[in-house]
Amino acid sequence: MRAVFLALPLLGLGVPATAQSMDHSNMPGMQMPGMKMGSKPAAKPKAKPKTSVSSASRKRSAPRRARAAPPRSPQASKPVAGASPAADPHAGHNMADMPGMNMESSSTQAAPDQPAQGHDMSAMPGMEMGQQPAADPHAGHDMSAMPGMSPSGGQAAQPMPGHDMSAMQGMENGQMQGMDHSQMPGMDHGGMAGMKMGPSGTVKPVTGSTTAPPPPSDHAADLIWDPEAMRGARADLRTETGGQSFYMVLFNLAEYQAKKGRDGYRWDGEAWYGGDINRLTLKTEGEGAFREGLESAEIQAVYSRSIGPYWFVQGGLRYDIKPNPSRTYATIGIEGLAPNNFDVEGALFLSDRGDVLGRIEGYYDQRVTQRLILQPRAEFNLSAQDVRAEGYGSGLVDAELGLRLRYEVRREFAPYIGISWERQFGDTRRFSRLRNQETGGFSFVAGVRTWF
Amino acid sequence: MAGYMPAWAQPVSGGILKPLPTVVGPDINLTIAHMMMTIDGREQHAIGLNGTVPGPLVRLRQGQNVRLSVTNGLKDEDTSIHWHGLLVPFQYDGVPGVSFPGIGAGKTFVYEFPVIQSGTYWYHSHSGLQEQLGHYGPIVVDPEGPDPIQSDREHVIVLSDHSPMHPHAIMRKLKQQSGYFNYQRQTLAGLLAGADQPFKERWDWGKMRMDPADSSDVTGSTYTYLVNGYGPFDNWTALFTPGERVRLRFVNASAMTHFDVRIPGLRMTVVQADGQNVRPVPVDEFQIGVAETYDVIVEPAQPEAFTLVAESVDRSGMARATLAPRAGMSAPVPPLRARPLATMRDMGMGNMGDQTTGSMDGMEGSSGRPVDPTVEKNRSAKLAKLTGWSGSAASASSAASQQPMSGMAGMNHAAMGHSSASTASGMTGMAGMAGMQSVDPGSAMAGMDHGDMAGMDMGAMNMRDFSKAPQVKRGPGVQTISPMPEYRMDEPGQGMERVGHKVLVYTDLVATERNPDTRPPDREMEIHLTGNMERYMWGFDGEKLSEIKDPIPFTKGERVRIKLVNDTMMSHPIHLHGHFFELVTGHGDFAPRKHTVMVQPGGIAMFDLTADAPGDWAFHCHLLYHMHAGMMQVVTVRPLDAPRTLPGPGGAG
Repeated sequence: MRAVFLALPLLGLGVPATAQSMDHSNMPGMQMPGMKMGSKPAAKPKAKPKTSVSSASRKRSAPRRARAAPPRSPQASKPVAGASPAADPHAGHNMADMPGMNMESSSTQAAPDQPAQGHDMSAMPGMEMGQQPAADPHAGHDMSAMPGMSPSGGQAAQPMPGHDMSAMQGMENGQMQGMDHSQMPGMDHGGMAGMKMGPSGTVKPVTGSTTAPPPPSDHAADLIWDPEAMRGARADLRTETGGQSFYMVLFNLAEYQAKKGRDGYRWDGEAWYGGDINRLTLKTEGEGAFREGLESAEIQAVYSRSIGPYWFVQGGLRYDIKPNPSRTYATIGIEGLAPNNFDVEGALFLSDRGDVLGRIEGYYDQRVTQRLILQPRAEFNLSAQDVRAEGYGSGLVDAELGLRLRYEVRREFAPYIGISWERQFGDTRRFSRLRNQETGGFSFVAGVRTWF
Repeated sequence: MAGYMPAWAQPVSGGILKPLPTVVGPDINLTIAHMMMTIDGREQHAIGLNGTVPGPLVRLRQGQNVRLSVTNGLKDEDTSIHWHGLLVPFQYDGVPGVSFPGIGAGKTFVYEFPVIQSGTYWYHSHSGLQEQLGHYGPIVVDPEGPDPIQSDREHVIVLSDHSPMHPHAIMRKLKQQSGYFNYQRQTLAGLLAGADQPFKERWDWGKMRMDPADSSDVTGSTYTYLVNGYGPFDNWTALFTPGERVRLRFVNASAMTHFDVRIPGLRMTVVQADGQNVRPVPVDEFQIGVAETYDVIVEPAQPEAFTLVAESVDRSGMARATLAPRAGMSAPVPPLRARPLATMRDMGMGNMGDQTTGSMDGMEGSSGRPVDPTVEKNRSAKLAKLTGWSGSAASASSAASQQPMSGMAGMNHAAMGHSSASTASGMTGMAGMAGMQSVDPGSAMAGMDHGDMAGMDMGAMNMRDFSKAPQVKRGPGVQTISPMPEYRMDEPGQGMERVGHKVLVYTDLVATERNPDTRPPDREMEIHLTGNMERYMWGFDGEKLSEIKDPIPFTKGERVRIKLVNDTMMSHPIHLHGHFFELVTGHGDFAPRKHTVMVQPGGIAMFDLTADAPGDWAFHCHLLYHMHAGMMQVVTVRPLDAPRTLPGPGGAG
């Protein structure tokens, strides 16, 4: 165990020192022996990401007002809502005239259909809606019922936002339909804050109807400074403002495995390089026993393309260094973060002999404390057919369940201990037995999770 | 205890009395170079100006012309200076790639412009991530006439954050693992201890793949928070004579840190925001977003020391200084308070989701429950103990509430005016909300029976409904879209909802002078602030600057209402270059004018803009790594003035 602790940081690749007597040409280091990078990935991910060419997003049609309002004198700081309820957002205190609330003037929803329908506002405690038309921005508000609602704000202005009925806009209008407020006995004004949409006080409504000018194609600074220098500076700015490439190398598993009568080692790592959308991803995993040597070792090189905030589709090649004879597969898969923060990976592999394999794996990082993290992990290998040469039977080939507890000395360096349980199934299990090979069992593991 | 030790053995410095060096005049030279700076006794690499971090105070007078010769002493990289808040011709605004090509290594660039305004501003690099390393400094412009804000003495207080990590490494870590710097997350230990969110809420947030404990991306785990370049243990000290009106000019020059600022025992009167005078607002505390400035007046009457505390918004650390009548004095430092947890409101779900209870005990987090017992804070957390803070030492009302145990139990909610407190009671049982996943806004809440609300299914709400933000580009850069964003300019900022004393809110700010342009807006424009914390992507309307083809166009002289909708659960300080805009906070012709506006999580902020400065201007989130990740755009105001009105003597060609 001590040997592993000392050895794992070596190379940062999780190759146990004890393995050094082995044929390094077979080690899945970053040299990637046998990696035929030049060969074209057989299975490019056909899954076309849905980066739907969004409707030219900046073509905003400017006049967004729900309805036109008479232009107002610039100095008219005090709205006279009675005159033009629509013009002033606060005229909306008159609940009978909800459209006057300048409902989300930029809302793209077409005119709210009877947004106020079904509101029994009178039932709202302290609301004192008053039936008079909103002649004043605060009309209808029983200000006395609102502790501290002074125009100057103060802390007290904040708690009462719900009283601002213009705030009701936040409810997306129509959503309120059928809501019976009278059934909200416990509903306190604070609760209404969730519908707060605008300030109280004097707010000039948007009165014009101009549209945005077309974007110019020239650059102002080019008139002053050397346009050539500006072109370079612009390119640099764009690149370094969201267009950079980054990388990460992660060994989630790099461990010593103590099994009954036969100790071994195991690793599982991944590296990526690229931007937010397109990445080159390398993966490797494998295991071996100290006396018998490397049992399985594979490396994948896949192109990853983002298909949403959490997922990448991946396509590329997998090369199995072990078992012998080596195999090459085309692979297509998906990797990402599932709801509740499960790290999930799934892939299909098509071998150069036409065999189809599959794999699903996932793990979850449960923080016990800020630095102590428990990681349950599962991996399932599948096969569509018997592959006797490799000892795979069709169906579920094997499963591996692990539970590892790590301590993040730093985020990037976390020693761990844990247990791992493996088992082969079906024909695979039978084939192994015929060859007198092990078919699974428990092991205690110790290793280091590292990344940089 | 510490008081009995000899000075050299004291764990906390007795105080460093070192005002910033000042440069004045029509001709000012600034040289940018790598340097080492000592923070709390540790040497750290920095980029400074004229050998200091922050750079020297640039003190100007309204009405003067200034020539600022900036020399790039960095070996192999370009640099620049942006004069944050100063209205200058676009070609001198200092943004490489937008306003000029930048200043090459070894080159000198001359900025030359008339100074047409007064107030507190600042300057900083707009090249790469240099700002993080110390490339910033304050600007004070004295008014032509007598200053309407009278004071006997003033101090400039530049707040910032500094890390021993190289900023490129910080950016890379954020890209590799966005929660890298957060050591205040929720844990199993916390769940078992009854801390933070109960299981159901954690489950709901987990379903959204969001971390409610993520209020700062880069935290005290790597940052030391600075006052005028000094760490909390250095204890930078500002002097006063009892009875004086002391003006403190706060500048938040941080790369990533919003600060909550208070001086236990002293009331502060806010008199200026972003360089623009406002009607005096007495407060106990204010949140200063990155790139904002606030001027406050304090009037310490007694010859005693006061601690100035600026906690990072996530409470992972603090900047600290002392106000004292003479050198060597210090006052107890209050402990770091509970870190905030984002609520459903911060996710833009309105108040519907808050299942938290409204306990007012200061010991508890914003969730109303204790904070996770395993959270880690930076070294500054030790100061409270080292300086002998005790609840009883609190000498003023504002201080009382900072003491966690001093109990706000008896507090009158109504008087306190806490929306959150009442919220909880109101919403305690919003139960059958499961129907909310309905996309049809017309029916979403239909048939809701509020009578038996008993635990709502937040996860069922569609958190990525693009129909609510049609101009947002659908893509990996948009993790969520606030389904019910609300106006939050009347709220004090994340983590400040229930601190128990008066906290500044934007709606408190009222301009002292009538706004120069009082026309109503001609049109309205909505811009969504979008992000994907998981992949550390940030943008406007779902796009990063690297993807954007066209600038945001304005016609010169037009007046436009800009509505910023925050589709993320972080506060973003949005800065528009070359202009001041009027916050839409209900103050009519006396709207406060700002250059940077904080848009609260899941919230809406609105301002009216008169596009009166022809040229191309940067528009971006002032969180440095958000900008670097793409949260920037170019705004253009056309037509341009006649070309070559002010050819640059220093840089052309």
